[in-house]
Amino acid sequence: MTDTARSSTPSVAAAKHLKRRRAADGRFRYYGLGAILLALGALAVLVLTIGSQAFSAATYHVVRYDITLDPAVIAPEGANRAEDISRNVEGFYGLVRDNLLETFPEADVDRLSRREVSDFITRLAVLPTARMVAKNPELVGGPITLTAPLNDDLDLYLKGQGVRERKIKAGAIETVQAEDGGTFRVSGASAFDGVLAGLAVAGVDRAADAAQMDVLLMAGSSTGRLTDIQPGSARMELLTGRSQDFVNARPTARIIISAESERTISDRQIAWVHALKEMGRIDRVPRWTLLTNSDSTYPELAGGLSAIVGSLLTMLITAMVAMPIGILAAVYLEEFAPRNRVTEFIEVNINNLAAVPSIVFGLLGAALYINFLGMPRSAPLVGGLVLALMTFPVVIIASRAALMAVPPSVRAGALAVGASPMQTVFHHVVPLAAPGILTGAILGMARALGETAPLLLIGMVAFVGDVPTGPTDESTVMPVLIFSWSNNAERAWEPLTSAMIVILLAFLLVMNGLVVFLRRKYERRW
Amino acid sequence: MDTTQGTPAMIDDTLVLPRTTDGAPRIDCRNIKVFYGEVQAIHDVSMSFPDRAVTALIGPSGCGKSTFLRCLNRMNDTIEKCRVEGEILMDGENINDADVDPVLLRSRVGMVFQKPNPFPKSIYDNIAYGPRIHGLANGREDLDAIVEKSLRRAGLWDEVKDRLTAPGTSLSGGQQQRLCIARAIAVQPEVILMDEPCSALDPIATARIEELIDELRNRYCIVIVTHSMQQAARVSQRTAFFHLGNLIELGDTNQIFTNPREKRTEDYITGRFG
Amino acid sequence: MLQQLGQLPMGWLLIALIAVFGSAAFFMGRVRAERLLVATTARMHSRPNYHGYYVAMWGTIPVVLVAFAYAIFAEDMTRSQLSRELPSSFAQLSPAELQSYLESVRMAAGTAASASADRVFLAITNRYLELRGFLNAATLVLLGLLAAAGIFFAQRRLKPAFRARAFVENGMQLVLFLCAGVAIATTAGIVLSLLWESLQFFRVVSAWDFLTGTRWNAQTEAEFGALPLFFGTFMIALIAMLVAAPIGLFSAIFLSEYASPKARAWIKPILEILAGIPTVVYGFFALLVVAPGIRSGSIWINETLIRLGLASEPVLAAQPTSALAAGLVMGIMVIPFVSSLSDDVINAVPQTLRDAAYALGATKSETVKQVVVPAALPGIIAALLLAVSRAIGETMIVVMAAGKSARISMDPTSDLTTITVQIVSLMTGETGFDDPKTLSAFALGLVLFIVTLAFNVVALRVVKKYREKYD
Repeated sequence: MTDTARSSTPSVAAAKHLKRRRAADGRFRYYGLGAILLALGALAVLVLTIGSQAFSAATYHVVRYDITLDPAVIAPEGANRAEDISRNVEGFYGLVRDNLLETFPEADVDRLSRREVSDFITRLAVLPTARMVAKNPELVGGPITLTAPLNDDLDLYLKGQGVRERKIKAGAIETVQAEDGGTFRVSGASAFDGVLAGLAVAGVDRAADAAQMDVLLMAGSSTGRLTDIQPGSARMELLTGRSQDFVNARPTARIIISAESERTISDRQIAWVHALKEMGRIDRVPRWTLLTNSDSTYPELAGGLSAIVGSLLTMLITAMVAMPIGILAAVYLEEFAPRNRVTEFIEVNINNLAAVPSIVFGLLGAALYINFLGMPRSAPLVGGLVLALMTFPVVIIASRAALMAVPPSVRAGALAVGASPMQTVFHHVVPLAAPGILTGAILGMARALGETAPLLLIGMVAFVGDVPTGPTDESTVMPVLIFSWSNNAERAWEPLTSAMIVILLAFLLVMNGLVVFLRRKYERRW
Repeated sequence: MDTTQGTPAMIDDTLVLPRTTDGAPRIDCRNIKVFYGEVQAIHDVSMSFPDRAVTALIGPSGCGKSTFLRCLNRMNDTIEKCRVEGEILMDGENINDADVDPVLLRSRVGMVFQKPNPFPKSIYDNIAYGPRIHGLANGREDLDAIVEKSLRRAGLWDEVKDRLTAPGTSLSGGQQQRLCIARAIAVQPEVILMDEPCSALDPIATARIEELIDELRNRYCIVIVTHSMQQAARVSQRTAFFHLGNLIELGDTNQIFTNPREKRTEDYITGRFG
Repeated sequence: MLQQLGQLPMGWLLIALIAVFGSAAFFMGRVRAERLLVATTARMHSRPNYHGYYVAMWGTIPVVLVAFAYAIFAEDMTRSQLSRELPSSFAQLSPAELQSYLESVRMAAGTAASASADRVFLAITNRYLELRGFLNAATLVLLGLLAAAGIFFAQRRLKPAFRARAFVENGMQLVLFLCAGVAIATTAGIVLSLLWESLQFFRVVSAWDFLTGTRWNAQTEAEFGALPLFFGTFMIALIAMLVAAPIGLFSAIFLSEYASPKARAWIKPILEILAGIPTVVYGFFALLVVAPGIRSGSIWINETLIRLGLASEPVLAAQPTSALAAGLVMGIMVIPFVSSLSDDVINAVPQTLRDAAYALGATKSETVKQVVVPAALPGIIAALLLAVSRAIGETMIVVMAAGKSARISMDPTSDLTTITVQIVSLMTGETGFDDPKTLSAFALGLVLFIVTLAFNVVALRVVKKYREKYD
């Protein structure tokens, strides 16, 4: 065998494989990249869906009602004390309903239509105004502008969710003639070409039956429903407003794609809400009530205040119990514990506790605190104690890491000047480890703040309409409120739930931001 | 077996040519500069490595000898900030060219590291790993043969032939290092680089490795980085002295150790610094 | 008078008293020690502060113990005395009814003006307040005496040579030890409460039937065969791991072997956000986006198969909540648990092993696949085990997106139920602790605890072994 043969043989053989190996090498890298992108993509989808939903719930529509506070209704004889006024929901509500019926006289014909128009506002939505009037009794008898949130379904409709519709500009209307049976014939040269085309497109697009779709024609604050649509004319049933409004107008046609029986709002309600909007009585405003109201069965009134306060109270209890116990336990294990079986057993316990499913802590809480010790259900006190048991192993693990990072030279230095071991630890080691301990504690608290399952088991899932004032009051917390809201059937709860999630995530973000800040500020490499 | 006499000999099935200290250069380095980020670690080094001879690179810690060694099989590619300039010619081809595949290059230039680093696999799989990835063996028998031959050449066969399935990490330190040498041989390289191969071993294991290097030089071009001047004197035919990233002196080992031309070389080998 | 005492806010009062006694005792001890320091020529063993702490310990610890006893037993004592005095007409009430009646008495006693017209109720409330007032007064007197006696005793022991510091520090060390002992107490609490309630349950339903029965209908029929729940839990955890294991592992490999340090510094924290998102948010996401998507997807598959003539009826269940939806989202949640720990162990593989492979001419992917991953395998397996344990114990995602039907079905688009879902639905009802429904939740909890504990113990062992190997 010659020299060249010896050296070239392996290379030639290797070169043959090389192309295949290089290809495999490239593929492998893309698997990794793909995995990262999948994970990040999932996160992005989650954040975007919830974020966009929450964004739509960040504002809502309110309606203004100009009413006169008739003393006979608001403060009748025998019930005119402040607390009577603030409880007089029915009276205020009646004034608002009268105002609506005045605006839309066509609704004041039968019970059904009166119900349709009174759906615009929830009875309880007048409560803030009632309380305000009760505080300022001099307002009684005078005019006042009452602002109340619009019904959640109509709110969603105005935001373009819930009801699918196509908006088309119709051609100019020339004549409007009354017909037998109260309908009108509206005509204009090829006024409805666009509408017919739109109907055809919607019929094909949505695979829906064009005959089932309602077409509403709107001019100013007047609205009619079209039937028998021809290119040049159509029959119109006036829903609200005056027929003259359509003469010489270029009205807007709305093709409502979902059939009336399949939606929660009627054609008339759509007509009225547009009329109110046309009158300038509807505004889209930031939904501060999400932070200032407590839970409600009506989505347009519901807010997270009681849950936020409940969460804060619960966290307060958790912090008061878990942080001292966790930190002191860490000090013991890291600085004083002898290396023996007891210590080892404690350490095994801590490591395992940190991995026990949270729901098991809920079972412990239900059995120990509620059944055995007879503590109240649904209370932040019990919730806080349950979460404290869950959190303190996390605090211990983080605190131990922080204590371990303090170099032995610090201890040696303190001991050398005659400090006792206890003084050494509490005067020198713990202060140096404090930022690390604190960040660990905050991270543990952040985890507890997002916890849901154990709190369900101790009854914190009940509907709580009042803001809790102490740790033994009935209460709920933010994640549980999110859970309860997500169980509600009405569609309006979806964006609201997302908004509550964003509030919860904001709290978590602040806590994590604090951790990052503390780490940046105090991070120290020995 | 002593192969210093000037006649060709057959070892195993390979023809072995007589050793010369000035054999044909296997690797020829021209103006090598190495940078770590902004810091220049190697300054304009040119030298060549003869075939079938051991070249020792000596010098104080941090003088760049390991960095220079790692240029020869482009191991520096795996370090993020490292940049190599200059030409390293092997068979007339610059190995730093963009179209040279480092994977292929490394199958021709094997390497043995400071600390024995067997894979956490069986002894057999450790040796067979290289031939497998490069597709050097046709079937199991062929692979068995390569493993046996490599272990024999590394002088480890008799010690491990009965426990080829035992994990490589179960061997003693010296055996592990010979296993790593066998692993490098199994890919049938032309050059073997050794980066302080004995620094983690006891004197007896070191002696064993040194014997092995002496045997191997009949087939390969060997470059060894060493801290120990005695070792350089014992195993190498040529010695290069590095200092602060510069090649100070290059010559026959005898000459370097008995009659250095440079003052700094003399200071170093007489133990004035380093 | 006694009634007014009965309305005292004892919780705050006790905390305030402990603070007052503590600080008073501290200052008394300190002042005495300072006087000793002036009066004596001998060297004091401890600084005056430690004497203060010493006296404060004697002044507060007995008080704290009594206060705890009061907090735990006061209500029970009052109630049992009250129920003994109740009119005979109350004898026919069941214990639960009696308790809820007494609870309303307590609530009424808490508010100053009780507007109730029921005279019997009013009388009972007043009697409750009297009893409570007596107990409160007795407690306060006892506390005062104890504190005084403690302080007096401690003050007498203060001498220049007295080793107050050693005493205080030993006490402190005991407190530290007790804090660490809370870990054991918690574990013991979990084990005991789960075992105790489970044993009650197994008196009604045999453990064998519970573990092997295939019919679960706890809410209506009192059927407690938990096998379908185990199946559902296993199925959903499996789906989750099918998502999380490859994505997590490949992410870890990419981060540790391929990504530039800069990319790594960005991607790693972002991936860890996934672990910080509350599970209820994942549940909502599953309910809102994933479950409907899977439903329409599986309906489409059904229709396509029928259209192509490959099936004559729908193949997939296509239910609004499904094991697949819960499993997929749970998989996303678990990714960081796999990737983070895998990343750690892959990074712990010594660089020399990689160098060895490169020096033999291995490509990067060969090095990773054949050297790095096998070397890190124990750690990776541990990461996967921890992730499985997470998936099994996860509650909110499955409560919201997996469904409630206890069945054994291999179709991932059908709704399945899990151990955790059933625990929640059994425990959120209005049933008492004597009901087998509630007790069965504890039996399920016991199974859950044992299974997750086993996974964790094995995983932690493996990780520990692995660390020892490369440290």
